[in-house]
Formats: sequence, C-alpha cells, structure tokens
Amino acid sequence: MSDTRPVPLMVRVRASGQRRVAAHGVWIGAIVMLAVLPYVFSSRLSLTTLCLMGIMVIFALSYNMLLGQTGLLSFGHAVFFGMGGFFAVHAMNAVEAWGVPLPLVVIPIAGGAAGLLFGLVFGAIITRRSGTAFAMITLGVAELVSSGALILRTFFGGEAGISTDRTALVHPFGISFGPQFQLYYLVAGWCLLSVGGMYALTRTPFGRMCNAVRDNPERVLFIGYDTQRVRFIAFSLSGLFAGIAGALVAIDFELMSSSQLGVEQSGTVILATFIGGVGEFAGPIIGAVLVTYLQVTLRDLTDAWQLYFGLLFIFMVMFAPDGIAGALARQRPVLQAGQLHRVAPYYVAASLPALVAVVGLSMVIEMADQLTVHAADGPRMMFCYVPVSADAPLAWAVAGLLLAGGTWVFLRAAQRAKDAYDEALSTAHPRRVLP
Amino acid sequence: MLEIIFISTLNGVLYGMLLFLMASGLTVIFSMMGVLNFAHASFYMLGAFFGFEISRYVGYWPGLLLAPPAVGLIGMAVERYGLRRVHRHGHVAELLFTFGLTFVIQELVEMIWGKLPVNYAVPRLLDFSAFTVFSTTYPAFKLFGLLISVAIFAALFLILRRSRVGLIVQASLTHPEMVGMLGHNVDRIFMLVFGVGAGLAAVAGVIAGPALVTQSNMAALLGPILFVVVVVGGLGSLAGAFAASLLIGLLQTFAVASNASLASLFGQVGGLAGSGSSLADIWNVTVAQVAPILPYLLLVLVLIFRPRGLMGTRDT
Repeated sequence: MSDTRPVPLMVRVRASGQRRVAAHGVWIGAIVMLAVLPYVFSSRLSLTTLCLMGIMVIFALSYNMLLGQTGLLSFGHAVFFGMGGFFAVHAMNAVEAWGVPLPLVVIPIAGGAAGLLFGLVFGAIITRRSGTAFAMITLGVAELVSSGALILRTFFGGEAGISTDRTALVHPFGISFGPQFQLYYLVAGWCLLSVGGMYALTRTPFGRMCNAVRDNPERVLFIGYDTQRVRFIAFSLSGLFAGIAGALVAIDFELMSSSQLGVEQSGTVILATFIGGVGEFAGPIIGAVLVTYLQVTLRDLTDAWQLYFGLLFIFMVMFAPDGIAGALARQRPVLQAGQLHRVAPYYVAASLPALVAVVGLSMVIEMADQLTVHAADGPRMMFCYVPVSADAPLAWAVAGLLLAGGTWVFLRAAQRAKDAYDEALSTAHPRRVLP
Repeated sequence: MLEIIFISTLNGVLYGMLLFLMASGLTVIFSMMGVLNFAHASFYMLGAFFGFEISRYVGYWPGLLLAPPAVGLIGMAVERYGLRRVHRHGHVAELLFTFGLTFVIQELVEMIWGKLPVNYAVPRLLDFSAFTVFSTTYPAFKLFGLLISVAIFAALFLILRRSRVGLIVQASLTHPEMVGMLGHNVDRIFMLVFGVGAGLAAVAGVIAGPALVTQSNMAALLGPILFVVVVVGGLGSLAGAFAASLLIGLLQTFAVASNASLASLFGQVGGLAGSGSSLADIWNVTVAQVAPILPYLLLVLVLIFRPRGLMGTRDT
C-alpha cells in the first residue's frame, strides 16, 4: 500500500513549504475569524452560544487526545472538566477574599492545573488497563467522583453548587469581563491557545507514539516503549485541557455544580467528538460547534431533543464511523482530481430523500410526544407550521410513508453515490487499490 | 443486631442474584463477541416496564412469562441489524453503539411512561409476609424472586456445562471458525445468545420492578454497578461474575443498614466535626451515605491489587 520510493529533495522541500504556508494560513484565518465573529453575531444569545462553542471545542479536542489519538475510550472525561471548574471557582473566590491582584485571565491556569493533577492521580490507576476494561473503569471512577461530590458538600456545594463573581477580581486596563462581549474574547483567546497547544502535541514524537499505541500496542512494546506510560501521559495532558475548559465554563456561568462532572456531561463530549470525527484533528471542532448549536436550538424546539441526539449518534456510529470530518476528508482526493462535479449531484440526490425521512421520523416522534408527554393538551399540535392531529390515522400514515419511503430511496441513492464516488476515485488514481 | 444481619443477608443475596442474572448475560456476550453491552441495564429496564404494562391488563404472571421473550426479541434485532453492522468498525464502535442505545431507550421510556415511578404492584398471590424474624417481616415476593434467580442460575449452569447447545456455545467462544466449519451458523448462535442475555436481564427487571422502584432512571442507576461487577469478577469469567455479584450485593445492603460514621466511632475530635470544612464532611458521613460509592471504591481497590479481577484469566 504505502509508497516507499524516495521522493526527490526539491519536490519535498517545495511541498513542505507549501504545506507550511497552508498551515499558517489556517491559523491566521482562525484568528481573524475569531476576532470578527462577535461583530457578525452580536446578539446576546449568539454571544453566549459562541462562548459555549469555544469551551466545547477545547473539551472535545481534549477528549479526542484520548479517543482519537491514543485509542482510549473514556466514559468519565467530565471528571476533569468539573474538577477544573470547581478549582477555578474556589480560586476566584480565594483571590477575591484575600484581595490578591490577579486578573481573571489567569484563572483557567488554576483549572488546568486541577485537571492535570486529577489526571495524574486517576490516570495512575486507570491507565493500567486498555481497551474495554479501560472504558469500564473510567465509568466507575466517574461514578465514584460524582457520588463523592454529593458527600463533600463544603467543597462541591451539594445540589446547589458553588457560585462566584467574575467581575470581583482586579480589572486591568478597565476590562471587567462582565459583559458577554468581553468574556467572548477571554474564551476565544484560551480556545486558540489550547487548540494550538493540542495541535502542537500531535506533531511531537510523543503525539506519534500515542498513535502507535492506538494502532499496534504490541509492536510499541517490542520497540521498547512503555505503552502504559504513553497512555498515562496522554491521559494526564488531556485532563489538563479538560480542566481549562471547565474553568472557562465556571467563569462563564459563575456557578459550578456537581452535575458538571457527571455522566451526562461525559456523554455530551463523546457525542460531540464522535459526530465531528475522531480521525481528523479538526473533527472534534466541527462536532463541538454543531452539537452546541443543536443543543441550543433543539432544546427550544422540542422536548425530545435528547432522543434526536441519541438517534443521530447511533446513525453516525452505524453509517459514518469516521464522523463529519472523515466524510469530508474522503472528498479530498476527488476534489484534487477535479472529479467533484461528477459526484456532487449524487450527494444532492441522496440528501433530499434523507431530509424527507428525517421529517417523517421527527413527525412520528413529535406526535408520540404529544400523545404521551402532552396528553393533557389534547391531540392538536403544530408540526412545521402545519396543524396536525396527533391521534389521526392519516397523520400517522403520512409520517410513516415519509419515513419509510424516504429511508428506502435514501438507501438506494446512497449506494449510487458510493458507486459514483468509487468510480471518480478510480479515475483519479487508476492504479491505486482501494482498501 | 442478629435480626439486621439476617435480613440484610437475605436482601443482599437477593440483590446479588439479581445482579448476577444480568451480569451472566453480559459476561457470556462479552466472552463470545468481545463486546461489552452498555445497553444491558436498559434491557433490564425494558423488562420491568414491559412487565408493568402487561400486568396492568392481565396481571403479573403473564408479564413474567411474556416480557422476557419480548425483550429478547428486541435484543436479537439489535444484534442482527445494529451490532453486526457496526462490528466491522471495531470494538470501540460497538461499545459506542450500545452507549447510544441507552440514550435512545431511556428517552423512549421517559416519553411513554414518564419520568416518575410507576405503580408496579406485587402480585396478590405473593402479597403476604413469608416469615417474621424477631419483629421484622419478610415479604414473600422477595423470597420468590430469590428462588427464581437461583433456579435460573442452576438451569443456566446446567445448560452451559451439560447440554449439546451449551457445548456449541462454549466452542464458539474460543473457536468460532472451527464451529462454523462443523456446519453451525455462528452468526445465529451469537444472535440467540444476545437475545437470551437480554431476556435474562428482562427477567431480573420483572422481578426487581415490584420489589424495588420501576422508574426511567433505573437503568442509569444500575448500569455502572453492573460493569463494576463484571470488571471486579474478571472480564469473561462467569464464576467471577457470580462471586462479585454476591459480594457487591451484600456489601451495599449491609452498608445501607449501618449508621456508623467516623464521628460516631471516634467522637468529636478537637471540634473537627463542627467546623465547616471538607474534613468535617468526611468525618460526619455515615456508612449508609457512602453505600452508593462502595462498589466503585471496591473497583479501584481490586484494580490496584488484582488488575485482572477476582477470577479473570486474561487481560482485557
């Protein structure tokens, strides 16, 4: 499979030079975009959403250090997120109480340190195992911490949580970080810093060792590396970045409760990371932005938003296990060969029946919801601005038809799209054998 | 004191046997397919709710008979159309698939039966106290649950060890290709085993439903403990799962019955308990309050001192 012919030096230099420009371009573009975003989306709701997205991006990327890069499936990543948040809250309160002249900007360091500390402590136990046992143990430790948090009321504040005031710290240059607009730049700055740090880590020899431990741990042992130590370091570092994200969420909400380190939060980060795609560095970024956006919008639209999330997740696991980023990355060779115009119509043709099926499914869910959860309100409801009676057989027949018909046509069209993709790829690389 | 010990032992053994009903299915599925079914506790919850729904119309006993096969069929469908497809993407994808399934099942149950506990009544035939120890009465239904679990355990053991079906299942664990060569449909065996495992979890649900609380969070409460059982016992070991189930069942029941705390044992040292610090929290907490986290503490301890679990034979 792999091409082992020596590449002429000039070609290599030019290619790496181009790649360097492209890489810097991406970062400069990201900085410009982050700076401009709050002027484009300037409403209070969109600023809040942007902050949540930035936090989720750090959290999801830190999770992908485990899942995508080291091949470790953790069900308890929110422990480090929550610990970072709680330590940040206590740090802010202590800074305020003692009158230490520390600005808010440095508070995420406290969160990161807490995340790293707990990553080291728990990692020492958890990373003794890998694979399925590792996943189960992270779940156990997560339960241990979230149940323990309810016992240690003084530190975790019980059910109510611990509150703080982010404007109580010193205001250098008159910036109080009280308004959401100013807070956005704090989140964006730390987001950029963390993303840069995590990207840099993937380029180090250690990052490569993580990938090796994921792909072939036995071979890594033979070469003379300690796989447990690699897992341990990756685990601790991912705790560090999760802690930074937790500190930012504590600063944003000015409140930290033990639900932030619970199973639900861990589930959200798994969803975001996996939907975005674990195979590409940018995957979790896409997933975090998408999942946060869906959370904010779907929550207002429907009661059953978590059901939609669960179904979307299962769909992704079954049909696109490399996530959105993976699906996009697979278009790269087609695009480079100038064949995209040949496959694009098939994608459009496949997405239309998929949309129909989603509408049918959502109609089924919403009508069932109306009949069960909102039984007291009667069967009359609005679905997509159309009045529907949830107990009418006709409505169910229409919904069933949309769902079944849409799915059937979609499966057909998806197969056609796949064939077209394969053909376009084989014209692009005539001699390449596809896996 | 003796009374508390006796009742707690009975309750602990019952809880342990219910855990084992689920852990056995989980263990066999894990050793066959290498996939730890995250949704196993969800099948338990489905069993309880199916049993409840059937009992509303035709009584408890048809529920006990019908709910497990129904859940077993759902389990087979999940294996046939979900897991088998995901299998080629590897174990992580399989685990994530079942993880997503727990979300969906929980949401569906909440949508249909609501978030509040439902009134799943004990059948009238067994609604009396079996015996009285000192002053505490013991409900007959719990005793019945205990008998059923022991009977299923014995039957399962005999089928796996002594019957032809059990032989084929055991052979598929270690030599799936060879079993396939001999003309058995290994895929179908996997599907059936998955269905039987889901059905066993549903039996536990129908028994636990009236005895405990039937609510949409019962899967989320029990699921993690189930994994503790499987890991502590040693992944893939049935005997280990049995020992760990009983151990955790007894541990939790006895802890709940105990009211001791460090403060009650050693008194108020230096006004520590009165001060509002985290140390005081630890000092004042009772064993009963710690009961929910004891299984996880046990998990951590076992992992430190015996990483393979009590009777595990292999690393992961």
